[in-house]
Amino acid sequence: MQYEIIIAGFGGQGVLSAGRLLAYAGMIEGKNVSWLPSYGPEMRGGTANCHVIISDDEVGSPIINHADIAICMNLPSFEKFEKLVKDDGFILADSSMIEPLKLASSHKKHHDINATERAFELGNKAYANIFILGKLLAVTKMLTPESIEQALYKVLPPKKHNLIPIEMKALKTGMEN
Amino acid sequence: MGEKVLMKGNDVIAEASIRAGCKCYFGYPITPQTEISHYLAEALPKIGGVFLQAESEIAAINMVYGASSAGIRAMTSSSSPGISLKQEGISYIAGAEIPAVVVNVVRCGPGLGGILPGQCDYFQATKGGGHGDYHNIVLAPNSVQELYELTVRCFNLADKYRMCAMLMADGSLGQMMEAVEFREIEDIEAIDKPWATNGMGTRGHSNYISSVNVNPDELEKLNQRLQAKYREVTKNEIMYEEVNCDNADIMVVSYGTTSRIIKNVIKDARKMGINVGLFRPISLWPFPYDELGKHASHVKAFLSVELSAGQMIDDVRLSVNGKKNCYFYGRTGGNIPSQKEILDEIVKILEKEDR
Repeated sequence: MQYEIIIAGFGGQGVLSAGRLLAYAGMIEGKNVSWLPSYGPEMRGGTANCHVIISDDEVGSPIINHADIAICMNLPSFEKFEKLVKDDGFILADSSMIEPLKLASSHKKHHDINATERAFELGNKAYANIFILGKLLAVTKMLTPESIEQALYKVLPPKKHNLIPIEMKALKTGMEN
Repeated sequence: MGEKVLMKGNDVIAEASIRAGCKCYFGYPITPQTEISHYLAEALPKIGGVFLQAESEIAAINMVYGASSAGIRAMTSSSSPGISLKQEGISYIAGAEIPAVVVNVVRCGPGLGGILPGQCDYFQATKGGGHGDYHNIVLAPNSVQELYELTVRCFNLADKYRMCAMLMADGSLGQMMEAVEFREIEDIEAIDKPWATNGMGTRGHSNYISSVNVNPDELEKLNQRLQAKYREVTKNEIMYEEVNCDNADIMVVSYGTTSRIIKNVIKDARKMGINVGLFRPISLWPFPYDELGKHASHVKAFLSVELSAGQMIDDVRLSVNGKKNCYFYGRTGGNIPSQKEILDEIVKILEKEDR
């Protein structure tokens, strides 16, 4: 099994961190993983993205031409990456950030989650990324929430470990959403 | 088995240098390799080493020259335009016969170019770069695990042969994260350096290191010694990987990030009934001419795929020596060829060859 996932959004929405979490959790489960960030001359307000591959086999190219899954956290990302999703793949879209009409007009399969709004309810829009990861786990069963929790301890600096319970709450709410 | 950790390529190069016994790092920041400096600024002082952000790339390479002359393992890193600035120092290091490790996380050029990945410094790395009859050992990893292993190897080879060893990665490798295991790969032994200018002690004579020599016969003798050394390196230190080569219709030659794209192309091609082989030079200098050339007996053609306008293709042609046609496909400017582009090229070449 191999998942090729593109995660994209505004800088600051935690798209690179979400990718690192997935990759770390994949590694914890014994999979081969790669994480490649966009590092071009990105602008404030532009899109950042990362390519994450989680595979039972050796990872070939870390660059994704056609994604199984695109997580789009804003409209520019949706417009840019929708066309790169395979016909049998799907999009996870933050419907708090993307106009419903745009989502409705897409020919690709998409799951719409109002992640940013729900994150606000949990106290901080910064939880939107992990909320949407919860949905990813619920739809694909690709990784367990326990691996994400272990990965959080690796990815977050120790001074932020006190936030892990609320991160996990966001993940689980996302899974049930 | 050690623990696997998920790390960024640049951080792994830095960690590898520390594990290889590097005590001095001199550098000047440039994308896409600045994380190396960042990591070592924190890590080297903790082990009693020296981290110094030099005033320029030229200063940094000459500081390596100095530290290395004193017998200390030293490294500098940069990306393409910065490596151009270091060429004079690298030539001096070759002439003075001292070890040095230089890391080039290649971006796209020419000029200041862009910050996206490239392989357009192949000529510079393998065919000179600086002035004079000299070579650097050039190793090209294609995974984060190899960034660790080959960085350590660069230090060992530099000490063993008293010459500059260059690690040549590209922007993607520097920026990507993969699992790495810091396993014991080869002895990181302290090689005796009786030539070092580190104080006479009980030696009874003083050492002198320089690359200036105005006596023609003595300078010729140095050149002959260097060439003998390069022959020795060529005999002992060639590295390469072969994938699916035995029954290949076409042999793709590729290194670094592009070689990983070819691994995907091999799978796609198989579905179409095409057998694609991958020959991946790991040591770009010394280049595996004979090892690649022997495949001319059974493949229809060779294809060099590079993030350049066609540089390694020259060495592919020298390997094949006219026995088969050698083709080139590459992208520049920081663009990376897709699997489909490469596969289309392969189909086109095979149609032409079968005609």
